[in-house]
Amino acid sequence: MAIIVDNDTRLVVQGLTGSEGRFHGLRNRAYGTDVVAGVTPGKAGQDVEGIPVFNTVADAVEQAGANTSLIFVPARFAADAIYEAVDAGIETVICITEHVPVHQMLKAYTYFRGRGTTMIGPNCPGVLSPGKANVGIIPAEIFTEGAVGLVSRSGTLTYQIGHELTQLALGNSTIVGIGGDPVVGSSFIDVIAKFQDDPQTELIVMVGEIGGDEEEKAAAYISEHVTKPVLSYIAGFSAPPGKTMGHAGAIISGASGTAQGKKEALEARGIQVGTTPTEVAQLVADRMK
Amino acid sequence: MDLYEYQGKELFRRVGIPVSDGRLAETPEEARRAAEEIGGPVVVKAQVMTGGRGKAGGVKLADDPADAEAKAKNILGLDINGHVVRRLWIESASDIAKEYYLSVTFDRGAKKPLFMFTTQGGVEIEQVAQENPDALIRLHVDPSEGFQPWVARRLVYGAGVEDPGEQKQIAAIVEKLYRAFVEFDAMLCEINPLIVTPDGEVRALDSKFTVDDNALYTHPDIAEMRDTAAADPLETFAREKGVTYVKLDGEVGICGNGAGLSMSTVDVVAHVGGRPANFCDLGGGGNAEGVVDALEVITRDPQVKSIFFNIFGGITRCDEVARGILEALERLDMSTYPIVVRLDGTNAEEGRKILADAGKENIHPEATMLDGARRAVELAR
Repeated sequence: MAIIVDNDTRLVVQGLTGSEGRFHGLRNRAYGTDVVAGVTPGKAGQDVEGIPVFNTVADAVEQAGANTSLIFVPARFAADAIYEAVDAGIETVICITEHVPVHQMLKAYTYFRGRGTTMIGPNCPGVLSPGKANVGIIPAEIFTEGAVGLVSRSGTLTYQIGHELTQLALGNSTIVGIGGDPVVGSSFIDVIAKFQDDPQTELIVMVGEIGGDEEEKAAAYISEHVTKPVLSYIAGFSAPPGKTMGHAGAIISGASGTAQGKKEALEARGIQVGTTPTEVAQLVADRMK
Repeated sequence: MDLYEYQGKELFRRVGIPVSDGRLAETPEEARRAAEEIGGPVVVKAQVMTGGRGKAGGVKLADDPADAEAKAKNILGLDINGHVVRRLWIESASDIAKEYYLSVTFDRGAKKPLFMFTTQGGVEIEQVAQENPDALIRLHVDPSEGFQPWVARRLVYGAGVEDPGEQKQIAAIVEKLYRAFVEFDAMLCEINPLIVTPDGEVRALDSKFTVDDNALYTHPDIAEMRDTAAADPLETFAREKGVTYVKLDGEVGICGNGAGLSMSTVDVVAHVGGRPANFCDLGGGGNAEGVVDALEVITRDPQVKSIFFNIFGGITRCDEVARGILEALERLDMSTYPIVVRLDGTNAEEGRKILADAGKENIHPEATMLDGARRAVELAR
């Protein structure tokens, strides 16, 4: 099993002929992901090392059978690319692009939520199901196949925790980077619900950070709906209020969105929060014994 | 990006929200001239991006141009919560019969724009929300549906505005405020207070305006409103260099790659008993030049005593980071800084070898994030 991407994934890369799209599209294919198409308007008929390029996502769906899209287009075209993929009937849309304006995402969010599409990102590292498929920019060699579901708002911090898990001989079912923007397609709750239903996943790690209240909402959801053990890590305890910490969504507004507040909300629901990435990995190892 | 009151009012004016006649002044003489042009009594208002300026003496009524000049002299240079006043907004004085509150903001949780309106304006809105929640009308707008007139009716009737003239004017302002919110890619548009004059005229007496940084490319005129002189000089320097940097108040300079790992590094340094000097994120694809820029920014802070590089290579390649560190040692005077370097992920071994081969005395390699943090804290003592 695993979630979101797996052996059934048939990937189209929107922006395959760009430098990022090409580099990561080919890397994803080298990992074993079934990359069936690329889309770049005006470049239909070309190919990128054997991957056929189409003008539209609709063509990629019709002619190559794509069911998952990976978006690498520049920020000003990202919302359009999301609409196009959803409209073409793509089931899972994963958007890596950073700096998409919030108002554009607000509208797009309302659009795809009504259609049952699974949307991940924007401003995310993608989704990796070790041994099955890698869609995005996560360095797959750090991770091994296993039973820990990992969901995070951050890329590199996820690598850090994945690395620590690997050192302790623990593998992952799926690693999901949901993205660091204030409006992202899937919340912690959306992903945790999938992990709960996934037979391969035995334990869930949620890596949060300052800003918003998604971690608090997830805490309430977990206590009511999730029977698998959940552990957490929160970044940003030393962050000053009112400052954006790298991610557009990582900002403490007034008294809300603090790391301490999130930790307390999680602990109040019986969810253990590790103090350092190393400690989180150790807590996972203790639970998995 | 936050705007000053006068900048927000300029945007209000563009969408047709009534504001008082005003002028910008940076010297007492300019304040005098502004008051002469406006005529009659004026209010001299400090332009600072912090609350409580009234209490701090940053807002004064002036009877005539000479008085405006005198008041301006007093307010310019005032320190309000760490913000030094360098700009004044000279505005025609208003008679106030009532003070309301109106805002539209981006509600992260609901992922929708949120209107808030109350007839109990002029105070902190959090206070109204806490003490008298029923008086605060909250209403979400469906972003794909956009503004519909019923939204304004719900707000106006819900808050109990009874005068038909006021109802009509406020409803029009609600619609215009939503237009400003969408057109200018705002995260927040707030009018507090929204006043009613004794003649029954409704007007925005203050403005709070925040624009989405990611949308500034579509609004070059708003991007130009940024007051670089008011920002922390180090943060401005970092912005010019394209380095994501937030100054903190400690001795251990920190450089990571990616927002989450960089934040976590700051936390871990604090956790092992150190005081982080900054947050600095090389970004996803940090190259050698980016590393030099980051070190230039970090070492401009005179408090910094040691530097901790915590890199987990994904797209970022560790050999590139190592080259950047050596390059910075060549180009900047860094001999007094111990630099602790932890490299993992893409090309980590090559990166470690590059540093080892260089044989620099002030470079201290560490194998893990935790050990690196401990070492950097030790070396800052």
